Amino acid sequence: MGLVSWLIAVPFLTMLVVVFIPERQWKLIRWVSATGTSIHLVLTGKLVVNYWQAAMPEAESMKHALFTKLYFVERVPWFESLGIQYYVGVDGISVAMVILTSIIIFTGVLASWYVEIRVKEFFALLLLLVTGVFGVFLSFDLFLFFMFYELAVLPMYLLIGIWGTGPKEYSAMKLTLMLLVGSAFVLVGFLALYHASGMHTFDLIRLSEAKYSHEFQRWVFPMVFVGFGVIGALYPLHTWSPDGHSSAPTAVSMLHAGVLMKLGGYGALRIAVYLLPEGAKMWGVVFMCLTTVNILYGSFGAVMQKDLKYFTAYSSVSHCGFVLFGVATLNLIGFKGAVIQMFSHGIMTGLFFGLIGMVYGRSHTRIIPEMGGLGKVMPWLATCFYIGGLASLGLPGLSGFVAETHVFLGGFFGNPWTSSVLTKVLTIIATMSIVVTAVYVLRGLALVFQGPITNPHYEELTDATLPEKISTGVLVATLIVVGLLPFFFIDLIESSVMPIFNRLNM
Amino acid sequence: MEQLGFALQHAWVVPALPLASFAIVGLFIRPVSNKAAGVVGTAAIFASAFFAYWLAWEYYTLYPAGGEHPAIIPWAFEWLRYQAGLTVNVGVLVDPISVLLMVVVTTVSALVHLYSIGYMHGDYGYGRFFTYMNLFTFSMLGLVVAPNILQMYVCWELVGVSSFLLIGFYYQKPSAVSASKKAFIVTRFADLGFMIGVLILGYFGYNSFGELAASITPGMAEHGVSNLQPFDFHYLNHPVFLEHFKGLNIEVCGVGLLTVSMLLVFCGAAGKSAMFPLHIWLPDAMEGPTPVSALIHAATMVVAGVYLVARLFPAFAASGDALLVVGYVGCFTSLFAALIGITQDDIKRVLAFSTLSQLGYMMLALGVATMEHPLGYTASMFHLFTHAFFKALLFLAAGAVIHAVHSNEIWEMGGLAKKMPITHLCFLAATLAICGVPPLAGFFSKDEILAAALPTHHTIIFGISLLVAALTPFYMFRIYFITFWGRHRTHHAEHAHEAPAVMWIPLAILGVLSVIGGLVPMASYVSIGEHMAHHGINLAVAIPATLAGLLGIGLSWFFYSNDAVRAARAAEAFGVVYRTIKRKFYVDEVYLFVTHNIIFGYVARPIAWFDRRVVDGGVNLSGWSTRMTGWVLSHLQTGQVQGYGIWYTAGALFVLLILWAALV
Amino acid sequence: MMNFLAAHAPGPTHWLFLTTILFSIGLCGLLTRRNAVGILMAVELMLNSAAMNFVVFNRFCVPAGVDGQVMAIFVIAVAAAEVVVGMAIFVAIFRYCSTIDVSKMNLMKK
Repeated sequence: MGLVSWLIAVPFLTMLVVVFIPERQWKLIRWVSATGTSIHLVLTGKLVVNYWQAAMPEAESMKHALFTKLYFVERVPWFESLGIQYYVGVDGISVAMVILTSIIIFTGVLASWYVEIRVKEFFALLLLLVTGVFGVFLSFDLFLFFMFYELAVLPMYLLIGIWGTGPKEYSAMKLTLMLLVGSAFVLVGFLALYHASGMHTFDLIRLSEAKYSHEFQRWVFPMVFVGFGVIGALYPLHTWSPDGHSSAPTAVSMLHAGVLMKLGGYGALRIAVYLLPEGAKMWGVVFMCLTTVNILYGSFGAVMQKDLKYFTAYSSVSHCGFVLFGVATLNLIGFKGAVIQMFSHGIMTGLFFGLIGMVYGRSHTRIIPEMGGLGKVMPWLATCFYIGGLASLGLPGLSGFVAETHVFLGGFFGNPWTSSVLTKVLTIIATMSIVVTAVYVLRGLALVFQGPITNPHYEELTDATLPEKISTGVLVATLIVVGLLPFFFIDLIESSVMPIFNRLNM
Repeated sequence: MEQLGFALQHAWVVPALPLASFAIVGLFIRPVSNKAAGVVGTAAIFASAFFAYWLAWEYYTLYPAGGEHPAIIPWAFEWLRYQAGLTVNVGVLVDPISVLLMVVVTTVSALVHLYSIGYMHGDYGYGRFFTYMNLFTFSMLGLVVAPNILQMYVCWELVGVSSFLLIGFYYQKPSAVSASKKAFIVTRFADLGFMIGVLILGYFGYNSFGELAASITPGMAEHGVSNLQPFDFHYLNHPVFLEHFKGLNIEVCGVGLLTVSMLLVFCGAAGKSAMFPLHIWLPDAMEGPTPVSALIHAATMVVAGVYLVARLFPAFAASGDALLVVGYVGCFTSLFAALIGITQDDIKRVLAFSTLSQLGYMMLALGVATMEHPLGYTASMFHLFTHAFFKALLFLAAGAVIHAVHSNEIWEMGGLAKKMPITHLCFLAATLAICGVPPLAGFFSKDEILAAALPTHHTIIFGISLLVAALTPFYMFRIYFITFWGRHRTHHAEHAHEAPAVMWIPLAILGVLSVIGGLVPMASYVSIGEHMAHHGINLAVAIPATLAGLLGIGLSWFFYSNDAVRAARAAEAFGVVYRTIKRKFYVDEVYLFVTHNIIFGYVARPIAWFDRRVVDGGVNLSGWSTRMTGWVLSHLQTGQVQGYGIWYTAGALFVLLILWAALV
Repeated sequence: MMNFLAAHAPGPTHWLFLTTILFSIGLCGLLTRRNAVGILMAVELMLNSAAMNFVVFNRFCVPAGVDGQVMAIFVIAVAAAEVVVGMAIFVAIFRYCSTIDVSKMNLMKK
């Protein structure tokens, strides 16, 4: 069993251990979860180092490659009669996503340090969910991919339904149903890809050698893209996001907004665009328009929100719009921007939801106008919130800037299959969101943290505890490192984005 | 390329010192000791300042005054690679204006840091203050030395955010919070233009880079530009690129693309330099601590816009029309702000409007320059240089006064000349300097601006700048008389006493610089385009300008010396006009209306509503219709086994019939 | 008489008519009776018609074999078992809700 399989197995094994610990040992349970995720973090570090050593010397040769090159591949036949196999490996994009997920689950466990009801079930489901996420990012067999994808979506229903707040049953139901509609599209698309290839395999890399006809791509591409778009909050299929995120418990919001929404962008890039480049050329402009709406609409939607979580959820809609916008630009810079934005937004929004949970745990309200002046009593949380906020409005030196300029440049440079003026106009419209983002971020944060303390009971609130400081500190540090040293990150993903882009020009 | 000296080779040290200090002070020292934070923060800036002087000395030794002053890039590394051939290199560009700005920024920043040790003493955010100030100084230096437009943008945003943090330094004060938000959002709005401008330049720069680079690159190597990139100023300012760009003949709404992109860039510059109509944030920014106003909102950050235009001057000049817009916007702002300055009662706000007016001056000087008559360029930089000193001094002196009387209102001061002699002397020196009284610093730079406007047939601009030259002394001496002369108006003013040494020493140093700063032969150090013969004093300009200045001082004395009785009568006589000016021409109200009523009311709120009701309503509708279908069908579910049996039987018969029909 | 009977010996069609009629009567009873015991009897009728089918087909298709008869005996045995279970359930239901009127039993809806 190689490193990649261990990356999937560690959370699963941790889950098994958690399941067999008696409920009353709840302190042990969270320590076990924290240990498991820390081990995972270490393994991820090892993966990065190994990948760097293996892939960097070959980066030059990927410049004109047409097929994704995988490293550390493990392959075991599963249902041979159907051509299904256990097929895992990594390329630069998956490494980036694994880093993201590993950080988010680690900080998420720390952020759920104070969960009190049904601790065992909570951590077990959380770990099961994250097993699914790792599976998605590491598997290169469409069937396996889909299995893990469902595994990542379904525990969400229980996690929100049981540990959530507010209208949790409604939100959990809505979220799950909408995501399942999306996965239905994806499944049909996968089966179509499987049959039309005539290769009798679900192997993503082999399927990319198949010749799909124009007509086929015309209708399968939008199906797969929209299917992934649902989880990537593509307008107008995003409405599960505000409700779902606002009802979910802290760690679940972190994982969901931070990682699960990325499955959409990931799938759209890795599968839809990679396998169906002709379809992408036909539909790129449509999705570019839709995602432009996403970007602006999400940010305008956030301006008027009164609940901190709704506020963040709308900003996620806007930021995930950047991801899909980057994908829809069909441009190398745009693709890279999409990947960086996935990472950056994952960390940023994980930080946001973590902090909201921490603030809520103290003030017992999430309604922005009811708060005020909290910066004085919780300077650590306020500082982290501001750093996150500044990242989200694209401040240079933080990761958001790197991602956004990539996406904007990608959009502005456009592609040969779309009217050059149109892509430029759309990009200019999308850039307007940087102002709107500044408006809502600063307005919201000022109301919560600045000004005089509005409620005398707030005077007694305390700042972050140690687990919370570690959790937020790790996220903030990641934002800063990627923002200040983007070249590492770009080197990491560039050679893996190349083939996806090169296939467009085949 | 000649062998560079140590300072030039290590030019990155100038911005790196404040950055290191920011990180160390912010992370490690501040939590432990506030006092140490102040000392370390200040020491780092002083070190940076000395390095900057060393660098300036080396540069001008290498390229002596009066000769060629090439722009060299002694140090750069690849920071962000968008794709092959489109890279952002972080580096250091050394040319006359960046050297000038480095010197100015580090000097003023070091002195303001020193002053703040006294001014901020005992404040609960003492350590935080120095952390932010270091961040600002780093960002500003990074902006100044930017060799490409994207590094400029990066640092541009960083100075914006440090300005935001410092304006909102007293974060529990609602007015400070809203002022900081306003400053950030208004400049952010302007930066949107800048961003789009950068996108356009990047796109067209990149597209033509391949064919143009061959003819541009050869001359670059000797300037240390080994890896020319489309974002580099060397490329964007190069005549070959500009000719090509103009030759593309692409028009947006009848305006050439070069002009459009330059205007967009100028939009960013206008936001940062608070040109009309984006000026509204600057007066409110005075909510920040006074050293902040001195450093950021008077001497350094607000001149970033002027600097940007100067940096891209060849491109602006190539467009022509864009430069004209720069000139007229600057000209209008200088008049507009001077008028408002007359009516304000908050000492810092008067100084803020005066800053606006002087920034307008710098802009208009750039606007009247061309590559053939580049005097305005030099004049603008000269004025930037002198203005930094005397305006920082004015703010710091005002800060000392505010510190003493615990109020910003000029009507709560009075008679402070005797109580605070050093502060008074410094304030007077700076006031005389800004009024252009010979032979103080402002006289020379202002004279050069007027001299630049006169021969280039910009008669309107020349006229207005002469008018402003008279208005400036009027409002400056107004606050001078009210603050330092006459009787003590309040208890605090009566018991005011001189600031401590750590505060008045920086004042004194700046005072000396304000007096002698004009003696620098700027034209032989900073110039562009056609080489100019050394420019002496043009009497045809100097005499009217000086007379205008003296006239302003005289009028001010007439109105305000005797406890401002005549002024009150005059204000009454002007009625509506006076009130309109005092309310700053109601520009703020217009903005408030647009943002709150139109953007929030007619855009954001409907979108929020639309999302919850229509889009989400659609989702809920599909859920509801599924449930309703289920509900209707549930009536068939009677629970009667026999009922199910009947359905079953009927179904079976039906299938049989079909089979039968099919088979027969 | 015997001749007449021999000449008009019922063919398979007649027997099948008979079993169909029996089955239909049983089905009608099953679907319309309110009384659970009546339903049980109707089910019995249907089972017997099916058993009779086995015998008939055995008689006319493979006269030498006895498979049909065996199946018929199976059906009778199963039917007896079914009646026992059914009656036991009805007794339990009767104890629980004092009636064996099936229209009153709609636990499946609840």
